Formats: sequence, structure tokens, C-alpha cells
Amino acid sequence: MSTPPARRIVVVGGSLGGLRVTEALLAGGWDGEVVVLSAEPHVPYTRPPLSKAALADGPDLATLAFKQRPEAARAEWRFGSRAVAADLAARTVTLADGGTLAYDGLVAATGVRPRRLPARIDHSAGAGHVVRTIEDCRALHAELRPGARVVVIGAGFIGCEVAATATGLGCHVTVVAVDESPMLVPLGRAVGDAVRARHERAGVAFRLGVSVASVSGTRGAYSVALSDGTSVKGDVLVQCVGSAPCVEWLEGNGLDLTDGVVTDNRLRLGGGTGAVAVGDVARFPNPLFDDVPRRIEHWQTPLETARRAAATLLADLAGTEADPVPFTPLPSFWSDQYDLRLQSFGVPGLADRTEVLEGDLEGQAVVGYFRGEQLVGALLLGLPRRAAAVRKHLLASLTDPAATYAA
Amino acid sequence: MRINVDLALCQNYGQCVFAAPDVFDLDDAGELVYQASAEETARADVEAAAMACPVQAITIEG
Repeated sequence: MSTPPARRIVVVGGSLGGLRVTEALLAGGWDGEVVVLSAEPHVPYTRPPLSKAALADGPDLATLAFKQRPEAARAEWRFGSRAVAADLAARTVTLADGGTLAYDGLVAATGVRPRRLPARIDHSAGAGHVVRTIEDCRALHAELRPGARVVVIGAGFIGCEVAATATGLGCHVTVVAVDESPMLVPLGRAVGDAVRARHERAGVAFRLGVSVASVSGTRGAYSVALSDGTSVKGDVLVQCVGSAPCVEWLEGNGLDLTDGVVTDNRLRLGGGTGAVAVGDVARFPNPLFDDVPRRIEHWQTPLETARRAAATLLADLAGTEADPVPFTPLPSFWSDQYDLRLQSFGVPGLADRTEVLEGDLEGQAVVGYFRGEQLVGALLLGLPRRAAAVRKHLLASLTDPAATYAA
Repeated sequence: MRINVDLALCQNYGQCVFAAPDVFDLDDAGELVYQASAEETARADVEAAAMACPVQAITIEG
């Protein structure tokens, strides 16, 4: 009798989500193979500093690389390896080099890539920088010299953090954005205006409510023409216009890929067993809020989805019952801009109104985000010591709307 | 189990406090305070805290 081939789980994506799910699978008792396909050429590393401290100081992989649990070493890590297709029915993944890998279990952990200005905008002269990888960070860092004129396109979190970091390095920064205030969609106008005021005090110029018509020139002499007929000149151009989930490799399986990959609450994709998604690419319903599947591009999402998706996949592959308790992670993120720390809990973007619960927006504040009467998010502006209490209150409110806020 | 936090790295993000509130806390000034040792029963939470730390300042011994 010959030994049956080892069972195999293929993890597509080797960043934080891919690492944590690999650890969870192996720590959770998976005794078959785990193959991790990482498009990047090196070990997974932490990305939040890439627009903050690592951008200011220059990134160092040794410092940024994640500490790994010992289990992670039992997986086969294929760096610089990309999946280009998957067949969920046949349980195979096709690699960029043309090879195929059969699997018993699949984890989609491909995350997001930075968006670029749309092709209809002529920016053939020079695309400028994006900030997603350590290489991106290193290349931008090299150009952020004192006195450099930096044009940041986009006023979301990354754009605002890049603006703050570049200003701290002595650059002259102009932020261009379609929205009327920074971080408008996730945090709303009042907070956006308050953060904008701090940027302006630090010397950042804003050109808001305008779109980019074209980009001409090249490194050291860009000219960004705007929809209002004016233009902004700069030495350095940075595109911070959001991110797009990496899902093309899942096409052809009848999946909803309109914004990430839709999963059930246990993070299964495709409606069957044998495939799960983790991290930024997973669009899952969270009963803490409602039954609408959403992607959450926040720090804990890869960690929490990895733990849960690993448990789901292990149970499904073993033919046992998956954990009946609903998956209800509380999203949270932070942003550092100058000496201001923003900390968010829940999903402020769902709110139809905001209320300052504590302090004031000019100084330190706790802002509540409400959908109807329901608190769905909370933001701390420069009040880190209140974070644990505010988070606890939000969790209580989400499970008991009668909970009251105590400043 | 002994717990060490590299306070030179720590940025007081509080992620460990959310993961293991019995071991980590932020004081009134927003600075991290923590217990240098914890019972075995807290291991899962402390490991989750170490993984949640954005600057990887937490190490666990034993």
C-alpha cells in the first residue's frame, strides 16, 4: 500500500493575514501541508509605519518584519509567487509561472493594492509614488528632502499621514482631493475640518473639492492641472487615492467580486466548504452592525479573520461542525498625524450624524457616530487614555442600545 | 509566563489592552502599564496581545 499524498492548504497572499492564518491552521492541528504564495519577495512586515515613522526615518525590513510563531516555519513559503487563477470546484490554483497546485483547503489572503489615478487622466509623464510596500516607502522617503514641494493626491488616511510626515521632514506639502474635507467618507465633515485645521497650522495647503485633470512634467517638476482650471506644481508626487482588492485570480467561479470577495459570517467563500477569506479582501457580514457584508481595511482584521477563518476551514475539512458563535469583531484603527493621534472603533462611516461626547474638536475629543439612535462608531482625537473605556462603551451599546456614555 | 514590553518601541496604541485587559492597561497619562508576569490561564490573551501590537514591542518568555 502506498501512502496517500499529504493533504494541502494553499494560502494565497503572504502578508499579515496570510501569516496569521498559517500560524492558526498549524497551531490548530492541521497536519497536512500549508503552502503560502506571497507576491512580495520577502517575509511579511507591518505596514502602518510605512506612512508614519518608517517614512520619516527610512524603512528597515528587519525592524518591520513580523515576529512569527514557530508554527509558521512548518509552512512552505513561496516568495515572489503569485496565483493568477483558482478553480474552486476542481480545487486547484494556477500560478503565474503556469504551474498548478491542487488543494484541499484554500485561503484567500491577497489583500489590496493601491489605486492609481484613472487612465482617462493623462499622467503618462509620471505616475509619482504610491505607499503600500516597503519598496514604495523607501523610494518616497528618498525624495522627501527639506524644502521639496510635495503634491499629495488624496486626503484619506494615507494621504493625510504622508502629508504630516513630509511636513515633519521640512517639505512643502499641498494636498489635492475631490472631497470637501480630509477623511470625509470614513469620519465625516466635522472631524475632517478639525484635522484639516491642524494640518494647515503645520503649513499644509489644501486644494479640496477639485479633481485632477492631468499631470504633466516629471520628477522634480510636476504640474498637476485641476478641474477648476488652476494647477499645482511640485517636485514630488504621491498618489493616495485608495485601494482596490486583489480578486482577479478568483474570477470565473461565480463569486461576487464587486468589492473584495463576499463570504458568509464564518468567512467561507463560494457557498461551500474548502475555501475561506481573511484580511482586507474579505467582505463579511458582522451582526454587531447588520447583515451587510463589508470589507474592513483595519489593523486587527487580518488577525481576527485569520483566527476565525482557520477554525472554520479546519472544521469544514474535518467534516465537523464549525463554531456556532457568530463572528463579531469590533473594527478599530488609528492614525498619527503630527502629535495628534486618532483612534477609531466600530464603523463611523455608517453614521448619519455625529455628536461630540467629550471635549471639543479644537483640542481633545471623543466623537460618537450614530446611525439613527444607534451608536455605530467612536473616534478619539488626542485622547488615547480614554480608548479602552470608549471601546468598551461602544461594544456595550452595540449589544444593548440603552447603554449610556459616561465621560 | 514572563512578559516584557520594549518601552522604547511602545507607542501606546493600546491594542494589547483590548486583547488582554487583565495584563495591560493605559494609565491616566495614556502610557502603557503592564504586569511583568501572568498566570498560564492568560496565555491565549497575552499571545493575542503580542500579535496585535503594531510595533511588536511585546515578548513572552516561558
